[in-house]
Amino acid sequence: MQFMLLFSRQGKLRLQKWYVPLSDKERKKISRDLVQTILARKPKMCSFLEWRDLKIVYKRYASLYFCCAVEDQDNELITLEIIHRYVELLDKYFGSVCELDIIFNFEKAYFILDEFLLGGEAQETSKKNVLKAIEQADLLQECTFPV
Amino acid sequence: MPAVSKGDGMRGLAVFISDIRNCKSKEAEIKRINKELANIRSKFKGDKALDGYSKKKYVCKLLFIFLLGHDIDFGHMEAVNLLSSNKYTEKQIGYLFISVLVNSNSDLISLINNAIKNDLSSRNPTFMNLALHCIANVGSREMAEAFAAEVPRILVAGDTMDSVKQSAALCLLRLNRTSPDLVLMGEWTARVVHLLNDQHLGVVTAATSLITTLAQKSPEDFKTSVSLAVARLSRIVSSASTDLQDYTYYFVAAPWLSVKLLRLLQCYPPPEDGAIRGRLTECLETILNKAQEPPKSKKVQHSNAKNAVLFEAISLIIHHDSEPTLLVRACNQLGQFLQHRETNLRYLALESMCTLASSEFSHEAVKTHIETVINALKSERDVSVRQRAVDLLYAMCDRSNAKQIVAEMLSYLETADYSIREEIVLKVAILAEKYAVDYTWYVDTILNLIRFAGDYVSDEVWYRVIQIVINRDEVQGYAAKTVFEALQAPACHENLVKVGGYILGEFGNLIAGDSRSSPLIQFDLLHSKFHLCSVPTRALLLSAYIKFINLFPEVKGTIQEVLRSDSQLRNADVELQQRAVEYLRLSSIASTDILATVLEEMPPFPERESSILAKLKRKKGPGNLHPDLDENRKERSANGGTVAASPTPSTDLLGLGSTITTQNSAPPASKGTSLLVDVFSENIAAFPVETPVAVGPVADENFSRDISYIPTVHWGTLGIFVGIQSWQSIQFINPKIPDMRCLPLAPFPSRFVCKNNGVLYENQLLQIGLKSEFRQNLGRMYVFFGNKTSTQFMNFGWPFTAPYCAFFLTVSLQLNVHAKPADPTVDGGAQLQQILNIECMSDFVDAPVLNIQFRYGGTLQNVAVKLPITLNKFFQPTEMTSQDFFQRWKQLGAPQQEVQKIFKAKHSMDTEVTKAKIMGFGAALLDGVDPNPSNFVGAGVIHTKTTQVGCLLRLEPNTQAQMYRLTLRTSRDTVSQRLCDLLSEQF
Repeated sequence: MQFMLLFSRQGKLRLQKWYVPLSDKERKKISRDLVQTILARKPKMCSFLEWRDLKIVYKRYASLYFCCAVEDQDNELITLEIIHRYVELLDKYFGSVCELDIIFNFEKAYFILDEFLLGGEAQETSKKNVLKAIEQADLLQECTFPV
Repeated sequence: MPAVSKGDGMRGLAVFISDIRNCKSKEAEIKRINKELANIRSKFKGDKALDGYSKKKYVCKLLFIFLLGHDIDFGHMEAVNLLSSNKYTEKQIGYLFISVLVNSNSDLISLINNAIKNDLSSRNPTFMNLALHCIANVGSREMAEAFAAEVPRILVAGDTMDSVKQSAALCLLRLNRTSPDLVLMGEWTARVVHLLNDQHLGVVTAATSLITTLAQKSPEDFKTSVSLAVARLSRIVSSASTDLQDYTYYFVAAPWLSVKLLRLLQCYPPPEDGAIRGRLTECLETILNKAQEPPKSKKVQHSNAKNAVLFEAISLIIHHDSEPTLLVRACNQLGQFLQHRETNLRYLALESMCTLASSEFSHEAVKTHIETVINALKSERDVSVRQRAVDLLYAMCDRSNAKQIVAEMLSYLETADYSIREEIVLKVAILAEKYAVDYTWYVDTILNLIRFAGDYVSDEVWYRVIQIVINRDEVQGYAAKTVFEALQAPACHENLVKVGGYILGEFGNLIAGDSRSSPLIQFDLLHSKFHLCSVPTRALLLSAYIKFINLFPEVKGTIQEVLRSDSQLRNADVELQQRAVEYLRLSSIASTDILATVLEEMPPFPERESSILAKLKRKKGPGNLHPDLDENRKERSANGGTVAASPTPSTDLLGLGSTITTQNSAPPASKGTSLLVDVFSENIAAFPVETPVAVGPVADENFSRDISYIPTVHWGTLGIFVGIQSWQSIQFINPKIPDMRCLPLAPFPSRFVCKNNGVLYENQLLQIGLKSEFRQNLGRMYVFFGNKTSTQFMNFGWPFTAPYCAFFLTVSLQLNVHAKPADPTVDGGAQLQQILNIECMSDFVDAPVLNIQFRYGGTLQNVAVKLPITLNKFFQPTEMTSQDFFQRWKQLGAPQQEVQKIFKAKHSMDTEVTKAKIMGFGAALLDGVDPNPSNFVGAGVIHTKTTQVGCLLRLEPNTQAQMYRLTLRTSRDTVSQRLCDLLSEQF
């Protein structure tokens, strides 16, 4: 996977994760292009599209669009389920997640993503294991360690 | 408010985010942000030391501002400080900031690396994971340098926690993608492969991705992973859905891991070991069987996960391309999906079937679905699905169904989305040519293309129809009749005017017998379009007119009248004016015989790969070109053995070999000795001209001597000319591609004058290496393109080209360069080799330019470098005695034969180095010839196709003054000058 974007129906970017080195300017251009392209698509359309030399896999959950860019040989359907599993993880962690949770706790959304995906590949697909790791980290939050 | 109880609420941050959300306008938001930035800046700059919590809060706010899309230029230091905090929460935010705002600031990188190093050695798994995530997220070269050796150790250590192993595996994968040269598995290889046997499925999931990436780079090293992957896959596939506990996803056993294992197996051919192979076939059969079972859940997640594995299994089956039963089963399965109610599945089935169409085992099975696919083209509501249907029709096309498919595509074209029209046009053009049984059908199809989608018919398409018509006598009359009829339409596309002008200009005589298409009517028809056309088309029409004068003497007067009008003779466009003037003069002074010779019918074009195909390849990459990639395989099964149209890939892709062009430089009204010479120097020289292939390039003086060298007036402007001969050049002259990143033209390092091998060019993405050998007037150059990144370069192409027209002209006259078409992709870390065959026609100055284009990370990259092909490469050393040398030296005594240069030494004046350079330059070094032993004397012959030029050289060093005097004597002044220029740069 080359990158993942979360954005609202209004086109506001809520989370962006890049797994390939790109300049800030390129990132902004890509996000803008893609948000526009995807928002223009109708609900019943297919979840995949060719975009530049990448494949875009996206899905809408309530007011949020989740969008992944994968390479030509990558499996579209499993990417769709990566999105779903991430949504499940957020849902479980926040307790029926909504866009506001991700806005106000954006750092958590990033931490959960890092436990699930790393370097653009699925690291841990078990929901229990990912949440356990996050809970452990939460427990450590205020602990002080000897340096 | 969301769950604040989770971890650490930062009240200030929440308030700030609320404020931003409450801003009514963009301006208000920017104002609020600037206020906050000022506040944070003053806090960071303040005398009072900030506590960890405040630092964390402010860093977090900066991160939020950055993610809103604003620039952040401070706070990095504070974030780095947080990394070494003894509070986990602060450390975590520090790492997040660093991961998101990658900063290549080198003093910070060393601090960051230090903090990471501490955390990696902390033995606290949570800290280690944070550090590994950070490396994986940033993945910079500096980090690879610091940690590429450490991470593998963590990955395979016996006491490493599972979660850390997972992070380490993917961290390594990322480093391998960014800096493959630094990630060396070496002794760890076997232990990494054995992670496939790990008990923890999470570890296997992460490790499989890593092994796949490494196996792509060095398949041999990771060969043992095949049997382990098959064993693992088999266990998953045959497990009951509850066996794998939380790794079962909506009743599908470990779908992610299954997909990854199937992907890993696609790095290898089918296993040779019968037992492993049998087990794998069993797995694939089980996966195909499961697709037929009733779903265990109605949830889309269940079907998606199940089908994800199925599609990956089909990819593997196609990759192996060895089991006919599996291939046909896969095809039938996809056939079911073609009519599925889920759009996603229909899309994927069309896509996957496209690859199946290229297998000889399943091609026929795919063809049975033609009606469904045509129906999809008509009824799908989503353009991306229709696009897939077009691709599939293209892939399944062969001689048996070409007419039907081309007709369907043509009718779809009328309503097709604008975004895909050009591609459909290319595909129709290719299929029409490839499967044309009679060329009237081909001509009709192309004219229909122009009619339905003229704007989307690129130059390559109409160049090609002309090439084909010119090369095939049987269709010329029909083509002339058809374009004549098509031009009758009151409004026709300019592309039709171009084709019409060209074809009537060449073959209008074939229909002139019919009074309805008499010469005058043809001319009036063409000329009625003239004023509506753009300059290049008008230029082409003018050439058609002069051709008419030759074909139909009866309309000469009418045409001369047109040429003579002010709107032509005084046209503001210099090209049009020049053509009008020159054609008018040519038609007035040349006799009928000369006109007939000069304006002879165009010679056939050399057979070469269709330029349209090359264009489509460029557009799409290799993935969608199955009919052509599998040309041989398909031809075997296609009925009818006469494949007149199948494009033969030619070594002379660029057409430089058969082309001579003369620059527009001849002064008017030279007092020549014969009319022939006059015609040549006054008029023909003003146009791009082409000699028939058989003649081959010749030196200028031969032109006037031998009647057979009379060139044919060529069509069109230079652009068109270059285009037809070698469309690739056009791209450089007139780049159409947006967002092209142009790098300045790089000269080659001067060391290449005396050297044949080495690295010619290097940037962050690409390295170009050279190996070359020359013998007499021939040379062969191996060009190696190394992809330094970890991602594939798409659309890799390297049109051999010239930066501007004039340049192209000079070089094409004097150097012949042949190249084979390049593979359009170069994998990450891989190297592509290209062979260039070079022929020196006559002495030259300018080196050819190598222009490389490729797509990397979504952007077109463009690199242009001069190739170190210099005149001295065609030197053959000649040994001679002192007496011989001086005798010849005296013979070459004419003032223009000698060129001398006195220059300052740029390098130390070492005798051995100088000797090596002269020999590297190509001349024989003659010892004991010069009375002064400190002087160097050399001799050799420059070989060109037309002549051989003997060369003598003498280099006199003056160590005291640190100067040299170089003298060159050759039989040709241009050679003396060029060699002197080249050699004097070396010392």
